[in-house]
Amino acid sequence: MNKFSKTNIFSKLLLNAPIIILFLSVLNEFDFNYLGIKYFSFNFPFILIFFWSLKKSESLGYGLIFIAGLFNDVILGLPIGISSFSYLVICGFAGYLKNITLRQSLLKDWLFFLITILAVTSLMYSILVLFFSVSLDYNDILVNLLFTFLFYVIFANIFELYLKLVFGKSNV
Amino acid sequence: METTSRDDFVIAIRSALLKKGNKQRFSLIFLIFFSLVILTLARINFVGIDYLKIGIREAVYRSSFIVSTPENYLKESYKKIKKHFFVYKDFLKIESELKKIKSKQISDSYIIEENKRLKKIIDDYLIDTDEILAKTLIDKKSPFLRSIIINKGSKNNVKLGMAALDDKYLVGKVVEVNYMTSRILLLSDLNSKIPVSIEPGSYQSIVSGTGEEFGVLQYLKEDYPITENNLVYTSGSGGIFKAGIPIGKIKSINENNKKTIEFFSDFSQLRFIKIVSFQKELDNE
Repeated sequence: MNKFSKTNIFSKLLLNAPIIILFLSVLNEFDFNYLGIKYFSFNFPFILIFFWSLKKSESLGYGLIFIAGLFNDVILGLPIGISSFSYLVICGFAGYLKNITLRQSLLKDWLFFLITILAVTSLMYSILVLFFSVSLDYNDILVNLLFTFLFYVIFANIFELYLKLVFGKSNV
Repeated sequence: METTSRDDFVIAIRSALLKKGNKQRFSLIFLIFFSLVILTLARINFVGIDYLKIGIREAVYRSSFIVSTPENYLKESYKKIKKHFFVYKDFLKIESELKKIKSKQISDSYIIEENKRLKKIIDDYLIDTDEILAKTLIDKKSPFLRSIIINKGSKNNVKLGMAALDDKYLVGKVVEVNYMTSRILLLSDLNSKIPVSIEPGSYQSIVSGTGEEFGVLQYLKEDYPITENNLVYTSGSGGIFKAGIPIGKIKSINENNKKTIEFFSDFSQLRFIKIVSFQKELDNE
């Protein structure tokens, strides 16, 4: 009985890992600035939300994504609601891609991810600058976008492996 | 044919936004709309949003501190190892600097006392009051904001606008106060503007953050004889900070006469912060 309940908790953890990782990445510092690599930063929640919304949307509840966005805003000191909005728009893009694609491929997903993050970051930038008069460094954001785009393919492969191991799914 | 592809597009969009997915409690469009409503209310400073923020902040800051513990441990270990490689080189450098500082300190002590006396005469002598030592809870480098969260708030008498010091150096000011936590906007943030005085010469200017590890001088006439390594202190204008808090030194002046400032404090290494306010010394005589 005890063994069964332990297995049950473990399997629940595995099944809910994407949302747990999302909350950890939002709450964690995850900045790598101590490595002293100039400009290096990437937006891990963007990668995670896009991938899981595309491949297994039920793993990330929209309500929980919304709450994760609120947490992110509070930690970063951004106007509340902006990250929730951007995360949910990413879900929208991923959902659209899922509906129009019959046969998925990593390359197509990757390119669509680029369009998604460009659109979402542009929206975020416009809202922050136009409505909240926040000064932002354009170069910082561009470099962040570039690394987010490049890192997608690495994390996508890791998540794909996780999908196969835990859910027994292949990339179809 | 054209109508068909448009229909497909509309169906895909409707399906992505309006349909509640498997195991989803809310539709995407509802939550996107809800986020926009929150953003709009935040824009017009709606009171309810402030309560929402206050409610989330305390819990989130503490959780973030706990969640960041493993990464902070790695970070500290990395720094320690790095420092160990340069111990001897640093020792030699520090030894020679110490000798110079000791001799300079002796001659400076006379000037400091004289300055205090003169400032008291013109009623401009401010002392540090309400000194609060705080620990950095979150130091998240974001492409949007350069700020840190500390573990002291209104419970500990932290107030908006108080100065944040790293030892004697100014690092920022308090821009958000919660019950048990506060946010410090660092000098390196793009939105930070501090009135400064450049020595020698006492030239008045504004230091603005750049989002990087350095700042820039603004609103300064080009013909002032400012050179590299000139020192930058707070000017005390605006009455926020007292005059003379060290900030940094002029790092470079480029061909467009843009002057960059190297801050004395390393903002990525802030573990403990002193929060201070300033007021005139009460004369008991």
